[in-house]
Amino acid sequence: MTAKTPSKLEKILAAGHYAVTSECGPPRGSDPAGIVEKAELIKNHVDAINITDNQTSVCRTCSLAVCIRLKTMGLEPVLQMVTRDRNRIALQSDILGAAHWDIHNILCLSGDHQSFGDCSKGQNVHDLDSMQLLQTVRQMCDEGKFLGGDDIKRPPQMFAGAAANPFADPFEIRVPRLAKKVKAGAEFIQTQCIYNLDKFEEWMQGVRDRGLHEETAIMAGLTPMKSAGMARYMKNRVPGMDVPDEVVQRLADTPKDKQAEEGIKMCIESIERLKECEGVRGFHIMAIEWEEKVPEIVEAAGLYPRPEV
Amino acid sequence: MIVGEQKPLEELWESIKDHKKVLVFGCNTCVAVCQQGGNKEAEILASMLRMKATQEGVEIEIKDSGIERQCEHEFFEKTEEDVGWAEAVLSTACGIGVQFMAEKYPKPVYPGLNTTFLGAVEELGVYTERCQACGNCKVGKFGGICPVARCAKRVLNGPCGGSTNGKCEISKDVDCAWQLIVDRLKLLDKLDTYEELTPIKDWSTDRAGGPRKLVREDVQHDS
Repeated sequence: MTAKTPSKLEKILAAGHYAVTSECGPPRGSDPAGIVEKAELIKNHVDAINITDNQTSVCRTCSLAVCIRLKTMGLEPVLQMVTRDRNRIALQSDILGAAHWDIHNILCLSGDHQSFGDCSKGQNVHDLDSMQLLQTVRQMCDEGKFLGGDDIKRPPQMFAGAAANPFADPFEIRVPRLAKKVKAGAEFIQTQCIYNLDKFEEWMQGVRDRGLHEETAIMAGLTPMKSAGMARYMKNRVPGMDVPDEVVQRLADTPKDKQAEEGIKMCIESIERLKECEGVRGFHIMAIEWEEKVPEIVEAAGLYPRPEV
Repeated sequence: MIVGEQKPLEELWESIKDHKKVLVFGCNTCVAVCQQGGNKEAEILASMLRMKATQEGVEIEIKDSGIERQCEHEFFEKTEEDVGWAEAVLSTACGIGVQFMAEKYPKPVYPGLNTTFLGAVEELGVYTERCQACGNCKVGKFGGICPVARCAKRVLNGPCGGSTNGKCEISKDVDCAWQLIVDRLKLLDKLDTYEELTPIKDWSTDRAGGPRKLVREDVQHDS
């Protein structure tokens, strides 16, 4: 694999290193201080930082603005973009906006349904779906053309990614669905948080059987649990999440004041195990409102220092 | 068919209470099937409103009547007398019928129903959405199940990551359309077609293209 865009994330993967990414959620206000602080905490331990796009359908500062903020700090953002809130005019326009600021990574998503957020009475757009957004990005980059067919002056250069949830139903189309995303143009994949490692490995076997791990860079998604309560919430309330009983039990069996530490330990153990899983090319560590723990996890998992490319 | 749901009595009362002569006017086709806006339901609604008027001590004459379909000119022929009498009409047709009524007569027309969706009768008293009239039907590609009408994100290359145990992320009471599609493709031995990417949809035939009109010159009356 050779990098074809200026993306640092792409270069690291192309060089055969494990890539490490993390994510930060923009603030629910206009003060940049918080996000700057979060980025400062993790910048030396990750290759790129995903900036979420109104995650869980709650209004926040826009992803693009925060990605630009990271660029001005000399950091590498991954622009998350959902199809829920914008039609194809706005999506293409924002892709160009990102390219204007030399942002070179994009993650194409459909987005949580708006009923989960603070605007449950609003419309959703879904003019395109996440695969069609991938196709749009690739057309704009590779062919230098808008969806309408006109040429783009200075086309964007994007390393285009998608999410994959190995745990959602129906399980039998989880590998075909990845194949479809690859066909649509996904060059990297960041997975849903992995707690059920057996099931993930079963999925990866299916992925390898079709050689998909060679066509796209799969980054395993991990979120450390802060408490048994969080594990229960993730298990029961978050759509598409697979948290086995033994994960909840292990935390519940740990004294309350040690649960966070245990959660970090479990996350590090998962990374160690996933390093043995052929086809896993990197780790996407989503420490939700717990960014300060990312350096510790990265170091303990033997992923530090980050390579220079 | 078009499914409707009667508005709360309080809301209906608020809309008519300042008039002196009100006609509650039923539509005896689609919305009669779901037992919300047919001529029989119009009759019941009229009597409930009369009781409400008595309770509130408001003097108001309320009659009921109805026709087969409020969405076709020919059925309106015999409405002159009833509608002519009324100062305002409370139509229990769908939104189409209400507007047709309003176009016919220069007097206030109020909707008695909320037009909810294009649906099927699952069983007596249960109606479910099946179509959004997007104007470009591709249901054949999806095993006979429409993701535009039945997926909460109208995802054409689904399912999204929120599908759990065959249910949609928005509610355990909503089937995941893509689970249904995958099940159907399996049944039809067509699961291999799942990997074909559904191209970006042309929504101009949907409401995106503005109000729609169909003209069939071959069946129009000579004028």
